Amino acid sequence: MVKYILRRLVMLIPVLLGVSILTFSLIHLIPGDPAKSMLGEKSTESQLEQLREELGLNDPYIVQYGRFAGSILQGDLGESVKSKEDISIEIMNRLPATMELTVFAMVLAISIGILAGVIAAVKQYSWFDNLSMTGALFGVSLPIFWLGLMMIWFFSVQLNILPASGRISNNIELNSITNFYLLDSIITGNWAAFKDVLSHLIMPGVALGTIPMAIIARMTRSSMLEVMKQDYIRTANAKGLARHLIVFQHALKNAFLPVLTVIGLQFGLLLGGAVLTETIFSWPGIGRYVYLAVMGRDYPVVQSTILIIAVIFVIVNLITDILYKYFDPRISYD
Amino acid sequence: MKEETPILEVKQLHTHFFTKAGVVKAVDGVHFDIKPGETLGIVGESGSGKSITAMSIMRLIPSPPGKIVDGQVLFKGENLLNKSEKQMRKIRGKEISMIFQDPMTSLNPVFTIEKQMVETILVHENLNKQQARNRAVELLELVGIPEARGRLKNYPHEFSGGMRQRVMIAMALACNPEVLIADEPTTALDVTIQAQILELLAKLQKELGMAIIMITHDLGVVSEVCDRVMVMYAGKPVEYTDKKSLFKQPKHPYTLGLMNSIPKISAKKEKLEAIEGLPPDLRALPGGCSFAPRCSQATEICLTTDPVLIEHGNNHHVRCLLYEEETEKVVSE
Ligand SMILES: Nc1ncnc2c1ncn2[C@@H]1O[C@H](COP(=O)(O)OP(=O)(O)O)[C@@H](O)[C@H]1O
Ligand SMILES: [Mg+2]
Repeated sequence: MVKYILRRLVMLIPVLLGVSILTFSLIHLIPGDPAKSMLGEKSTESQLEQLREELGLNDPYIVQYGRFAGSILQGDLGESVKSKEDISIEIMNRLPATMELTVFAMVLAISIGILAGVIAAVKQYSWFDNLSMTGALFGVSLPIFWLGLMMIWFFSVQLNILPASGRISNNIELNSITNFYLLDSIITGNWAAFKDVLSHLIMPGVALGTIPMAIIARMTRSSMLEVMKQDYIRTANAKGLARHLIVFQHALKNAFLPVLTVIGLQFGLLLGGAVLTETIFSWPGIGRYVYLAVMGRDYPVVQSTILIIAVIFVIVNLITDILYKYFDPRISYD
Repeated sequence: MKEETPILEVKQLHTHFFTKAGVVKAVDGVHFDIKPGETLGIVGESGSGKSITAMSIMRLIPSPPGKIVDGQVLFKGENLLNKSEKQMRKIRGKEISMIFQDPMTSLNPVFTIEKQMVETILVHENLNKQQARNRAVELLELVGIPEARGRLKNYPHEFSGGMRQRVMIAMALACNPEVLIADEPTTALDVTIQAQILELLAKLQKELGMAIIMITHDLGVVSEVCDRVMVMYAGKPVEYTDKKSLFKQPKHPYTLGLMNSIPKISAKKEKLEAIEGLPPDLRALPGGCSFAPRCSQATEICLTTDPVLIEHGNNHHVRCLLYEEETEKVVSE
């Protein structure tokens, strides 16, 4: 097992190399002069030259890439063209917010999606099955921004029961330890903050989690239906096991394998969804950060953020693969 | 023959599947009994309703579309068809156990055999985990798995087919059942392994005394292990007698056909005669005898009159018009 993980980590090196080359190329693939598109049409030639000098855009690509890769390896992502702030620090400040939101959305999606999928499969063609699968079909096709805006309109504007933006209310004190606010409020036993943070998480969490929830529910249902037909389920029945043991142990552990693959993929895609969700709910994470950077043509920020997102994506995939092996004993580690 | 009271009596069992394309009469009047320590064979081609008979006894017919529409399954005198699902769960795996055709797929691939055996023991017996584990080891040793304790943590895929079937048998015997239903337990195995498994079952039966219902499409298996036999065709019993009479004096043309399709060493040169034609569509059974279209001895009347199971000779039941004029005692319908 340890050997397997080590080997997978080694295999990450070429992947990360590829990712870094791609993000590096980004700035040069965009048509036109990068310096000009960052500073705008009205910039003077001397301003442009200064920026080119700053970013080293006059050097040969290979030298530029060497510098880019070298500083990444030292944890230095450069600085923002607009605010001159250190990008590494900015990202580290925002990453916990995004992670908290995506993990929350994913926990929501996985728990509700799997439960709905299992019940729908066990009670195939029942009203629950029909209702939840129709809901799931809508769920996958709902545009996040529409869902987000509708929730804000209904829960914040009409009913005024959920906050429309941010991670925490201004009047709430919270000692940050991990910068995962939900976790911090639990650690410090601060229940007022916990309630407040949770109320901030619900709408963006639902907006972000709906699509993966719908996909997970459908996948779980079809996987469960397949598994319930298997011979070993008949064996479990013939042994006199109770229904819940058969469904939630014997069937679900087998049915979970294809669902796990989907979860891994959706987790990666969630980071894309986070850009929209964070923008709608003014969530102070890297999704909103990259959105603002794109709008402001702050290429170094865009580059670095995409790199980070890609790295997270790769790591999530690695974790999925490792979990897969944990759940399926038939796969050998060699 | 033992003259004890039967442990299990199946009376006029009818299990039908109500599908969109029509009613499939998978089991249509099955009737037999089995005494403690006895082995009853159920023989028939694939699709004749053998497994559905077994699943009906266990009350594991998928419903919908399946339904036991008529009959009785008397286990120690009590009708299982009147039991609640909860009561049935106490019987399944404890008093009546089952093993299946394909040991490759009948064990759950993602659990160790320890988990699969221990859970069975824990549901039915008043033991703690450690005791259940010890019992599992005992059982694995009983069925001839070498180094049983060391293999508890193994997954099914780490065993060969024959070993897996042994694990299945160990699991089925975990709670000393009184009836073991073996649904084609050797069909998926190599010939040499087949013989070993049959031998093992016979040995275990002698030691533990359970009754065995041996489902097979292979008369060779019947000749080796069964005391009595029911031959099934299209959901109905067509011949029902003890093994000796069956092999000495097979009566039903279908049984004769099955016998002619067993390869015999003494008759190497003779052509193997498989029964011509295919089993009928159970949704649209022909009027008259369902075997008539394939029967070499069928006459006009066979196509219109459905025979009943009659006793023809001592305890030899047959469902065929050839024997009906001499009817001695009608046992069915
Ligand atoms: N779920 C089902 N729906 C409809 N027909 C079924 C179903 N299960 C079994 N049958 C029918 O019942 C008949 C008997 O099946 P089975 O008992 O499995 O035969 P076998 O003698 O080979 O064990 C078959 O013709 C099959 O088509
Ligand atoms: Mg069968």
